[in-house]
Amino acid sequence: MTEPDRIALSRRGFLGMAAGGMALAGVTAGPARAQRIKTQAKIVILGAGAAGTAMANRLVERLDGAKITIVDGRKRHLYQPGFTLIASGLKPANYSVSSTAEWLPNGVEWIEEAAAEIDPEANRIVTTGGKTVAYDFLILATGLKLDWDAIEGFDMNLVGTNGIGAVYAGPEQAHATWGAMDRFTDEGGKAVFYRPATEMKCAGAPLKYTFLTDDYARRKGSRGRVEIHYAAHNKSFFSVPIVNEKVRMLFDDRGVKPCFDHVLKAIDPGKKILTFATPEGEQEMDYDFTNVIPPMVAPDVLRNSPLPWQDGPWVNEGWAEVDKETLRHARYSNVFAVGDCAGVPKGKTAASVKWQVPVAEDHLVADIEGKLSPAAYNGYTSCPMITRVGRAMLVEFDYKNNLTPSFPGVIAPLEELWISWLMKEVALKATYNAMLRGKA
Amino acid sequence: MKELTLETLIAVFQEIFGAALFWTMVAVAIIITLAFIFVLIRDRSIEGRYLARAELSAPVGAIAAILFVQYMTNSGFSDIGGPIDIIVLLGTGVAGAGGLIFLAYVVQAFMRQPDKDGY
Repeated sequence: MTEPDRIALSRRGFLGMAAGGMALAGVTAGPARAQRIKTQAKIVILGAGAAGTAMANRLVERLDGAKITIVDGRKRHLYQPGFTLIASGLKPANYSVSSTAEWLPNGVEWIEEAAAEIDPEANRIVTTGGKTVAYDFLILATGLKLDWDAIEGFDMNLVGTNGIGAVYAGPEQAHATWGAMDRFTDEGGKAVFYRPATEMKCAGAPLKYTFLTDDYARRKGSRGRVEIHYAAHNKSFFSVPIVNEKVRMLFDDRGVKPCFDHVLKAIDPGKKILTFATPEGEQEMDYDFTNVIPPMVAPDVLRNSPLPWQDGPWVNEGWAEVDKETLRHARYSNVFAVGDCAGVPKGKTAASVKWQVPVAEDHLVADIEGKLSPAAYNGYTSCPMITRVGRAMLVEFDYKNNLTPSFPGVIAPLEELWISWLMKEVALKATYNAMLRGKA
Repeated sequence: MKELTLETLIAVFQEIFGAALFWTMVAVAIIITLAFIFVLIRDRSIEGRYLARAELSAPVGAIAAILFVQYMTNSGFSDIGGPIDIIVLLGTGVAGAGGLIFLAYVVQAFMRQPDKDGY
């Protein structure tokens, strides 16, 4: 052994290297929190989904002594962004399922009943079990209602059979939809996809599932026997023009046949016929595989209250009439709405929730302190638009339909990338969970 | 992502690999690192011959790491769509290569025969 083969290393040098390594890792600890505000305020949160749970966790951190009550009868918490992955056979049905209880912080009272009535004049709500809860501040986080009854002939028990899928219906139905899609892409035939004409959760999801069906048919070598149609509800595939144009090009590339101004009205599972309302009257299309997506409206408890928009395009849908920047109710200043039930022009997604909740929270806390909050929600939402298994486009935009990429120059928003797929497949749920805990 | 904290990063990695596999990998990485520090302190130097041999294992570590990530994320080489994807792929490879170099070095250092090495 000759000396030059040995690289001498002093203890000090070694310690220096270790410190350098840690510095390179460059990971910061969590941001320091401001001092908690003392208050006796009674805060009621309706709904323990993504928005309600995130809000509860954040308020507990911000306020000291507040009486926070969360009202929701559902024992299961559903990670809804996972439904597409379940319906593509990439994740099991339980991938999206956890319990409501595990996400709720200590110091919050959970009433395990749904809300039945909201009385914003008297500042109180009544639960389905007849409990009356008074509040100083009300957070609406009720989510939305999938109006399955609006589709004539649809029967939830048929999902997974007769070529009927229903990805939105829940994790079990998403899993059953995968069974139907798997069979369809083996056998071939005609697939028909579409979206409702109402506001909806994740408007990218119907497109993703169209792309995924195409991808499976290609992988299995059955694409030649598969016909794929997409019936848009108006004259575009997506509300953001630049994204719509990209989808148009991708559909063209993948051989997806588009038609426009088609809104699903009825399904005949026996004859396998879909009926659409169009400007030219009712039109029928036969199908061998379809993903039924019903109209989406605010839950009855919200629609039957004085809180929805009283005029404008959403009168029949019942979304809460809130300021689109502050999320504060237009007529009841101690009421805020976050998540799907908020009547704002963009974003019924978990990504919107993540940006909305801190804004509403800050305005509420400022009210308690007697201050004004500068926080404003700009309509940010994001959609990792899967274009095949292994690739996605990380589409992010705001109220103005501007693209708002989080990683400009690094992750191109309209490019089909592996890294965007990695984000959807693995990083999103972790970020979502951190959001539920109020940490992201 | 609004703010990247250590907690979020750990949550992300747990999600990728599952909690059990993730913490097992963390434990293995810590053990290898401690073992490396141990042999560094013991030998007071980096043994060039071990290092050279360990470096031969680098391509194996790189390829294994890339295939592992692709397997865990239902994807493959054909999904590479742009420059950032190549960077992520290379980064994964470098991490795998580095890990295996450390492991190979430590294993050799522990298996050394003092007589033959002459000290």
